[in-house]
Amino acid sequence: MKDSPGLHLKTYILIFFIVLFAPLGNVLLSKGMKGVGSAKNWEWGDLFHVLVSVVTSGYIWLGVACLLAFFVAYMLVLTWADYSYVQPASSFSYAVVALLGYFLLGEAVPPLRWFGIVVICAGVFIVGHTHPRTTEKA
Amino acid sequence: MLEFFFIFMIVAAGTGGELCVSRAMKVVGEVHDFHPAALVRFVLRAMRVGWMWAGVGMMTLAFFSLLAMLSIENVSFVVPVTALSYAAGAFGATLFLHERISAQRWLGVFLVCVGVTLVWLSRR
Repeated sequence: MKDSPGLHLKTYILIFFIVLFAPLGNVLLSKGMKGVGSAKNWEWGDLFHVLVSVVTSGYIWLGVACLLAFFVAYMLVLTWADYSYVQPASSFSYAVVALLGYFLLGEAVPPLRWFGIVVICAGVFIVGHTHPRTTEKA
Repeated sequence: MLEFFFIFMIVAAGTGGELCVSRAMKVVGEVHDFHPAALVRFVLRAMRVGWMWAGVGMMTLAFFSLLAMLSIENVSFVVPVTALSYAAGAFGATLFLHERISAQRWLGVFLVCVGVTLVWLSRR
């Protein structure tokens, strides 16, 4: 990655989008699916109605749009930034999804879950700091 | 039981899909030209690779499993648990793509598994 203030700013903005849009997309999907009803109660005969409820849910489409925005930002930033730089930064998504679940959906997040999420972020951070290419270039 | 099935599908089909797409990308070759026309040609070339379609199919399966899982459990539980895909990805990359995984990467994968276990134990 070339070292220039403009490039750094562009990278930080896109990483912010990645860390925001992926969790927001999942939170919106969750909100939409809670309106559809639990999969535990689905019967084979109801699957068509479930599918109709899914594709007519505004929250689901907003969630899909957010995940697409995440995907575009992820692809764009990888065109100039190293994968080993982007992946650890995007590990914050796990913490953000818990924060959004807590604040937007009113989910109860026990301390053990927060601790588990911190450990996951640390693990992803370490994975991201390994060399991205382990095979010889053809 | 149903939760285990959906999580297995999210992790296995999602990781399998990514591995198939990764294999397809290695067949297609590295992208050097990022102009729109070149990117369209790249996508068309990728669509002619069977692995790409297998990957997209598996990722679709993983997406619908995610939707089903989100209808049962909280998002603050489901999304961190899907981090298991790092472990599945490491094993899959070793077996399927013949990549060499460093000790440091295995340590990261181990920590992810510990974190997922803690999140699982926090379940109501």
